[in-house]
Amino acid sequence: MAVVPEIQNFTINFGPQHPAAHGVLRLVLEMDGEVIQSADPHIGLLHRATEKLAETKPFNQSIGYMDRLDYVSMMCNEHGYVLAIEKLLGIEPPERAQYVRVMFDEITRILNHLMWLGTHALDVGAMTVFLYCFREREDLMDCYEAVSGTRMHATYYRPGGVFRDLPERMPKFQPSQYRSEKDLKRLNTARSGSLLDFIEDFTDRFPACVDDYETLLTDNRIWKQRTVNIGVVTPERAKQLGFSGPMLRGSGIIWDLRKMQPYEVYDRMDFDIPIGTNGDCYDRYLVRVEELRQSTRIIKQCVDWLRDNPGPVILDDHKITPPARIEMKDDMESLIHHFKLFTEGYCVPEGEAYAAVEHPKGEFGVYLISDGANKPYRVKIRAPGFAHLASMNEMVVGHMLADVVAVIGTQDIVFGEIDR
Amino acid sequence: MTTTNTALAEAINAELGAVLERVDIGPDALVYEVAPANLRETCVTLRDSAAFKFEVLVDASGVDYLDYGHAEWETRDATSGGFSRGAHRGDEFSREKLAPTRYEPKHRFAVVYQLLSVELNQRLRLRTFCEDDEHPMIDSVVDVWAAANWYEREAFDLYGIVFDGHPDLRRILTDYGFIGHPFRKDFPVSGNVEMRYDPEKGRVVYEPVSIEPRTQIPKTIREDNRYSADLKDGGSA
Repeated sequence: MAVVPEIQNFTINFGPQHPAAHGVLRLVLEMDGEVIQSADPHIGLLHRATEKLAETKPFNQSIGYMDRLDYVSMMCNEHGYVLAIEKLLGIEPPERAQYVRVMFDEITRILNHLMWLGTHALDVGAMTVFLYCFREREDLMDCYEAVSGTRMHATYYRPGGVFRDLPERMPKFQPSQYRSEKDLKRLNTARSGSLLDFIEDFTDRFPACVDDYETLLTDNRIWKQRTVNIGVVTPERAKQLGFSGPMLRGSGIIWDLRKMQPYEVYDRMDFDIPIGTNGDCYDRYLVRVEELRQSTRIIKQCVDWLRDNPGPVILDDHKITPPARIEMKDDMESLIHHFKLFTEGYCVPEGEAYAAVEHPKGEFGVYLISDGANKPYRVKIRAPGFAHLASMNEMVVGHMLADVVAVIGTQDIVFGEIDR
Repeated sequence: MTTTNTALAEAINAELGAVLERVDIGPDALVYEVAPANLRETCVTLRDSAAFKFEVLVDASGVDYLDYGHAEWETRDATSGGFSRGAHRGDEFSREKLAPTRYEPKHRFAVVYQLLSVELNQRLRLRTFCEDDEHPMIDSVVDVWAAANWYEREAFDLYGIVFDGHPDLRRILTDYGFIGHPFRKDFPVSGNVEMRYDPEKGRVVYEPVSIEPRTQIPKTIREDNRYSADLKDGGSA
């Protein structure tokens, strides 16, 4: 007589080296067969104490750390931090700098959503989208490189403006043994003019690229089977759980800081906020894809304005912003300003401020306390992904193991910002 | 949002004036402090009352006010006495305040809640101090806002603030088996232990840190006339 073993729940360990864990997520899943009973995310494997480090350095020296929080939407992180400092100092950047920031925020949003779309689709089983997305991402990385010198960790936003004005020439591909003459010519056609020409060319061809991604996914039967009705969050629950950004909008709540509490020049921009109806993975997919199109619209408006309105991109107050290199050659005061800024930094008046931006993933906020010193007394980074990941248990209970991957994808998890 | 801010401030005065104390600090207008005993019921009112509707807890964070207003480098002395390139060894922190700060923290540890109302488009910051500096403890608000769960675990992990009534108060960001609360101001930036692989034992071992803590750029507080209250808005002219 065969002995029937007693069937009981078992625990599996998902990650931290699982390719679909988007970095270093360790999930301890309690399973009943293939159905999830509970999920306990273990985070902190990438904890670098960014906030504590920022508290030991003058204000300006931490901008670079912000890039490394959510390392797929670098400039938006800087934006939150820089806004908080500006709020404490009571300064406002020149108009042109505000347009440049809005333009790069939206470029960053596209960068982030392309990364999300590619990896989310890859996790769920569609390879092609990944390759398409990374093709367009490359062009936007080149914009980062043209303006700041680095492809990712730009450190481009500074309190009082941006590091420098947009370059007049776009870097070109150089001849090499790996590229034919014809390829080189094709790659360099859009790069013959300025950075703005290149970005404008991008906004012209990008909507067709989004159409391509949609052809591959939106009506795809497998994609819909994997995402429709998976990870449903009601609007009430979404608010309780502290959701923001596309996660909140996917549940049908009209909320976007760019519209509701506009910063920089977003109140002059013409764009729409897409929202979902069911609050499932598929709706959040549709919301983010529509955001790709809306961001393109905003970028286009910024390009038009920036072409017609030259001007300074950083404040002329050398107590906060460094003087031009050339002035330092024969101006004693500039030299002193430069020396003080890069050794001691500037003291920020006592007070506290919370500044939030509509980051591609949600509300990215920086809470700064200053006690009047040259270093922040307390920096608290409010990362959108932290609140989203905290809801993991609720979103996956009752689903199958394979759906965990879809939920991780839809939450747009990046560990740089969650672990900080 | 100035008009809505005044309206909200009036509503708070009317409904919660007895328990909330307004703090005038920094550029953000609406900052309130609440005694820990009144925290939970205040939070429930702020969430449910028609005038507030703060249904989203955006963020909750611990703060350690130990060194608030203390500088590592006293600029007046240094002007006459010279200064050794800003490099300090560890515990040379001056615990004496140079000048009274505008804001006087009541106790060492505080928890700060950032609230948001999606429906009424308004924000509010709520701060509450833990009365015991040695064993900070405060009521949990997890049953008011589910989002508080991880934020409170984080504040517990990094500051050692215990949240009474939290369903699952475990460490969250630091390593398994970590000792201490790293974001406290008396915890060195370089930590207390370092880790390496010991080939003889065949496992990872923890040892006291071998590097000395060092301050490259000292924290300085300068009296800056541009920000002084009586000189603002052309008061001096």
